[in-house]
Amino acid sequence: MKKWVCWFVIVLTAVFSGACTDQEENRDTAQKEGKTPEIRVMTHDSFSVSGKVISTFEKEHNVKVTFLKSGDAGEALNKAILAGDKPLADVFYGVDNTFLSRALEQDIFRPYDSPLLSSVEDDLKLDSSNRLLPVDYGDVCINYDIRWFNEKGIEPPENLKELILPRYKGLLAVENPATSSPGLAFLLTTVARFGEPGYLDFWENLEKNGVVVTSGWEQAYWGKFSAASEGNVPMVVSYASSPAAEVHFSEEKLERAPTGVLTAEGSAFRQVEFAGIFKGTEHPKLAENMIDFFLSKTFQEDIPLQMFVFPANREAQLPEVFKKHAALSRAPAELSFEKIAENRDKWIAEWTQAVLH
Amino acid sequence: MDSGRSSLTSPGFLVVAGLVPLVFLAVFYFYPLSGIFVKSFSHDRTFQLGFIPEFFASARIASIIWFTIWQAALSTVLTLALALPCAHVMARYEFFGKRLLMTVATIPFVLPTVVVAAAFRAVGGANGFVPLPVFEHPLFLILLAHVFYNFSVVLRIVSTHLSYIRHEISEAAYMLGASGPKTFLRVTLPMLKPSIFASCLLVFIFCFSSFGVILILGGPRYSTIEVEIFRQAVHMFNLPAASLLSIVQILLTLAVMYGYTVFQKKTIRYAPESESLSLKRPRTPGERLMTTGTVLLIFVLCFLPLAALAARSFVFKGELSLVFYRALFENVSGSLFYIPPVKAALNSFFFSLATLFMAVLVGLCAAIFINGTRGRTAGLIDPVFMLPLSTSAATLGFGIIITLDTPPLDLRSSPFIVPVAHTLVAFPFVVRAVLPALRTIPENLKASAALMGASAFKVFRYVELPVIARALTAGALFAFCISIGEFGATVFTARPEYATLPMAIYRFFGQPGALNYGQAMAVSTILMAVTAAGFIIIENVRSVSGEGF
Repeated sequence: MKKWVCWFVIVLTAVFSGACTDQEENRDTAQKEGKTPEIRVMTHDSFSVSGKVISTFEKEHNVKVTFLKSGDAGEALNKAILAGDKPLADVFYGVDNTFLSRALEQDIFRPYDSPLLSSVEDDLKLDSSNRLLPVDYGDVCINYDIRWFNEKGIEPPENLKELILPRYKGLLAVENPATSSPGLAFLLTTVARFGEPGYLDFWENLEKNGVVVTSGWEQAYWGKFSAASEGNVPMVVSYASSPAAEVHFSEEKLERAPTGVLTAEGSAFRQVEFAGIFKGTEHPKLAENMIDFFLSKTFQEDIPLQMFVFPANREAQLPEVFKKHAALSRAPAELSFEKIAENRDKWIAEWTQAVLH
Repeated sequence: MDSGRSSLTSPGFLVVAGLVPLVFLAVFYFYPLSGIFVKSFSHDRTFQLGFIPEFFASARIASIIWFTIWQAALSTVLTLALALPCAHVMARYEFFGKRLLMTVATIPFVLPTVVVAAAFRAVGGANGFVPLPVFEHPLFLILLAHVFYNFSVVLRIVSTHLSYIRHEISEAAYMLGASGPKTFLRVTLPMLKPSIFASCLLVFIFCFSSFGVILILGGPRYSTIEVEIFRQAVHMFNLPAASLLSIVQILLTLAVMYGYTVFQKKTIRYAPESESLSLKRPRTPGERLMTTGTVLLIFVLCFLPLAALAARSFVFKGELSLVFYRALFENVSGSLFYIPPVKAALNSFFFSLATLFMAVLVGLCAAIFINGTRGRTAGLIDPVFMLPLSTSAATLGFGIIITLDTPPLDLRSSPFIVPVAHTLVAFPFVVRAVLPALRTIPENLKASAALMGASAFKVFRYVELPVIARALTAGALFAFCISIGEFGATVFTARPEYATLPMAIYRFFGQPGALNYGQAMAVSTILMAVTAAGFIIIENVRSVSGEGF
């Protein structure tokens, strides 16, 4: 039994000393650098940025940037709202246009008229009070497996309407709009494209035509999509930039993307992401610097290969793989964020009735 | 026998033992939970409860509650049916590769659900090793996944307890003319009851609050209360509905616990057996058949999916390759959130070890307290210790944000909250594993130690602890598993410096591209290896110290 106690004590000490030195190290570095202020950015799990890009900002402003990833886009925003006047961070990155109303109504952000807004496309500036500033955008649309369609000698569909044709029976996987953000975006596309109640007829026909529904993007893309290893369904709802990711994340250098996208005639939904400064921030000046940095060319040019969306700043250059393989719809589905906020729960409920009954 | 209890165990010792888990729960469970409930139901300082009757009248909610209950019950029965015979074999026979088999059977417990989904696809999916149409059926996948996850819970807890039962007892029954099966049914089974009920309780509550399995493997047509809470809280931001459903969840758990305590009342006490004495080699054809059956079952149920997963990580374009492993060490995009695999493995390991110690401390104190106080107090307190296991992570996570926001308890973005949150879910496993063992110890054993002048602590330290060491190891192992497989979505763990293996897996699954999928498989394989290493360490700590137990 003595030995047992020894082991217990040894490991316990190891664990706690490990934990403590970590904290002490942090404190030490903070002291050495003479109270470097810390700025916190709350964001969603898909956020990414180059280490180099962030350290240019840290050096320029003598500040440490800490990112708090807080779940998916909706969850992160809810947590920010719940924290209320004791915010967890100074800046939030990643409210999308489907949640814009919720964020503005809760009134947790302060306005900031960044000088860099002049370089941003006016279409993206949805909040006229500038509490939430557009930082990036991308289109949600149908991706298809080019090889599958070639081998079967079938043409991929040219628009949404064709999806209900018998030759596309059982060939499409979509995400549940109640639990997935691309799923919701695709539902909104159909609402914009077919109107009410036309979108419900479309979905009823799609359901009869054997549409496959999963809970989230991972299950649809990895589990069902034939172009991505395990599935046998050749069409899936994903992003118009997914083909670029397929090329970028391949071991052998691909000349052509294995997947194509369907973006014609309002068959894609534009997701715009926004950043804002929390009202309760203790570093308002630094937070403004942070927002300016998010809109700057340095950060904006880093966005495509980190998050596979497009930069909001029109002066930012796109990387080669994006120019070649990532798509944008010329005419994305149009639906105002106010209308989305008002009807989202109703549309989801109606969709659930029509498709999952 | 029970009446003598209070005179034996000193009240001071019990109070200390009871305070540890109660204070822990008060601060990290009840305080955040009550915070979110109050916030959900109050509006302009008045309580709004008018929506409740309408809410429950909805056919959808009623069917969700019903589905939650029956799928959990069915999953529990299936798990028990498969694991009980195997537990018997594991406790009674010694054979080659037994410890390896036990490890293989337990690894599924740590795998994130996205990984389990990938493993099932690799075995029985459209492009799997043996494409089976049944693998397209969501309900089949839900039940299979629940059995896959929980098999080892019953296996470990019951076989540990079975190894305490003296051989002579069943042999005596046999000599008196009872047949083998009859001996098992009439003698062994009644003695095993506490651990069977305890493990079933864990499995039931685990499946009852199932989230990832339902969402990912079940798909959008199935929903449990837990999934619905997540939907209401996270997607619709309907906190009153989410809180109401959390309360339903808690009340149902209490009802289940009540049933459990009623069944649990009579425990048989006997002198516990040392482990090595109860083992023998399978000799008769019947014994050999049972042993082979156990090996085969664990091979098909647990080993095949794990192996399929590992195989995916080592094969690139139909050939053996380390491409995906090599890619893990390169930060191609220079991302700030790049997770170095060794660092992630170490982080996972240390977070899990920290959880293990906290869960053992809290769980052991809780078990001592329940065992010492018996009767009504224990009956009231015991269910409370099970609540964290079945309480919605989404609700609790939101609660933590609105309550633990003031120093010294501003833990909202501290790494300390990670093992704390994991301990909440892990310590009930320690309680349930230890309690049956603690209850078998005859009073006179402790009484004689006390008579000879041993203090309450000494009685525990030198009489009880050596006896329960085996059961405690089983509990500690599950605590370790709970933590190492947890993504930690409830809290803010995503600072790159504290990244863990499950976080790396989710990161790779999050973006398209064949390299990402392969790397997710590679990290999953590393996770399995780290888990197995953890098991070996934990089990060796016990065998070094066990002194024959």
